[in-house]
Amino acid sequence: MSARPVRRKRRPRDVEAAQGLVLTDDWRRPSVRWGLGTTHFVLLVLLVVIGLGPILWLAKSAISPTLDTITSPLAIFPHGFAWGNLSTAWSNVDVALYLKNTVVLAIGSWAFQIVVATSGAYALSVLRPKYGNVIMALLLMTLFVPAVVLLVPLYIEVVHPPLLHTSFVNNYLAVWLPEAASAFNVVLMKRFFDNLPREIFEAARIDGCGPFRLFYSIVLPMSRPILGVVSVFALLASWKDYLWPLLVLGDPNLQPLSVRLPEIQQFTPLGVFLAALALTCVVPIVGFLVFQRSFLRGTGLGGALKG
Amino acid sequence: MSAVDPMTTERPQREAAPRSAVGPPRVHVGRRTPATWVQQGGLSKLIFLLPLLFVFGAFSWYPIVRLVMMALQHTNLVQPATWVGLKNFSEVIHDPLFLIALRNTAEFAGLALIFGYPIPLIMAVLMSTVRKRRGLYAVLAYLPVVIPPVVAVLLWKTFYDAASNGVFNTVLGWVGIGPQQWIQSQSQAMPSLVLESTWANAGSTVIIYLAALVGVNHELYEAASVDGAGLWKKVWHVTLPQLRTVLLITMILQLIGTAQVFIEPYLFTQGGPANATLTVMLLIYNYAFGNSLGASYGEAAALSLMLVGFLAVFSLVYLRATRAWSSQ
Repeated sequence: MSARPVRRKRRPRDVEAAQGLVLTDDWRRPSVRWGLGTTHFVLLVLLVVIGLGPILWLAKSAISPTLDTITSPLAIFPHGFAWGNLSTAWSNVDVALYLKNTVVLAIGSWAFQIVVATSGAYALSVLRPKYGNVIMALLLMTLFVPAVVLLVPLYIEVVHPPLLHTSFVNNYLAVWLPEAASAFNVVLMKRFFDNLPREIFEAARIDGCGPFRLFYSIVLPMSRPILGVVSVFALLASWKDYLWPLLVLGDPNLQPLSVRLPEIQQFTPLGVFLAALALTCVVPIVGFLVFQRSFLRGTGLGGALKG
Repeated sequence: MSAVDPMTTERPQREAAPRSAVGPPRVHVGRRTPATWVQQGGLSKLIFLLPLLFVFGAFSWYPIVRLVMMALQHTNLVQPATWVGLKNFSEVIHDPLFLIALRNTAEFAGLALIFGYPIPLIMAVLMSTVRKRRGLYAVLAYLPVVIPPVVAVLLWKTFYDAASNGVFNTVLGWVGIGPQQWIQSQSQAMPSLVLESTWANAGSTVIIYLAALVGVNHELYEAASVDGAGLWKKVWHVTLPQLRTVLLITMILQLIGTAQVFIEPYLFTQGGPANATLTVMLLIYNYAFGNSLGASYGEAAALSLMLVGFLAVFSLVYLRATRAWSSQ
């Protein structure tokens, strides 16, 4: 992980890697060029058909009449379009409302995760209290406890919280706060802070910079790449979450799209339902295409971290 | 790991540790009072740690303790909890569904390993040789990962329509294969779930391998070329050995992930047909929240704890068994 937020240019890296398994000299040999070229083409076709295919089918069927999708699902618009599916899903099936809920849940989860991960990692990496090692050990321990097995005690805690005499069912805090307890975020952030040059902190301290000023004016601005990575994964994870919001948000008017979709399926025609599915995917797909560098880098980082 | 245990050793060890970058260096003059603690930045350290301590304390550490307690208690949220010892565990073990859930989860994990483990590796190695527009390949491979799992499952449920004009059955019809029952058949349901799960998850493994492949030392390839190694020999003798740490980690992570599979059996089949896709997580969910069994939080907690314990022991054994090979 590079400490400095320098944008990597893509080209040199590609050329460099092409020097790897297949050397530049090898590429001059016709057998290599044709053989690999064909293989790459086949791979691309497979990726489009298998990876992209289901998504394209969903996009097509979202604007096809229900009857066409049922009788000949793979025909391409045999009887024209049904744009009405989208507007019916949007207003009659209330996708607009559930989408708003999804956005509110995602932004709240993101905000809490960023606050907890940055402040905690800053304290553990830069301020270093004496008891920091104990906290770090307790954090790493939670990485070994899969989140899903805490479902039952967490649920009971939300319904009957200790000390407080109020239930947090149907309260967005019940979704936001547990999601902020992500040791993965803290560890990722702490590793990044650990690699920031200490001399800058020391210089700032000599110039009379206190711990709060150091955090806001120096550490955070230097951490833009890792903030981007943690942010896109926080937002995506919240968008994808299903089981926890299903348990703690019983009121349909508060539920996100992912929780509503299985219910919507029961009382809507197939075409409208597929339009609702497609509308759910628009934000994550567009977000991924725009911020693909953060996504792909973060996934690679995750592998490096786990390794 | 240092030879001296930092927890038990006194001052010298601590002095060796890197100093805090902020606040004046700690001077041990006189007694430490709350005032000197604040002066030395102890308070601001605590303030920065508070969000983390609160959130993890309330939603991670406390629930872990609570999970262990609940496994030993009878709780129904109405009456006060009573301690019942290991009764919850014995009830779970004697539940006829327990063995079925274990077998199904093992089947899911095994099939996911067979389908899902080699494919991302082959794709990543091939993609690493692409010279132009490698980004396009990576984006296409990763795209299914950003689709919300609920959408992916419900979409594939439509594909698995058992009618002869269902999506997959139509495709099979093109090559002369008759319609299949897919998730409605006891024998095909589990492989169908694994197929969807592989589609949804393979992309992130591909990207992890691609990142690791960029890190392989190029001189090794050049040396292999000089020695006359062809493409396959280079893959076998250079690429794979260089990836072995990542390969071992992704395998254990995949096994841990698939052991907790929930959303696929829950939304595709509700554990059916005839419990053919009832997994451990689904059984935990049914104990705690399923109407048919009533709320048996104690049994759900006991089974959760058994799952964590199994995964922890399994990971330790796995890491120990592969340590020699991974750090060669």
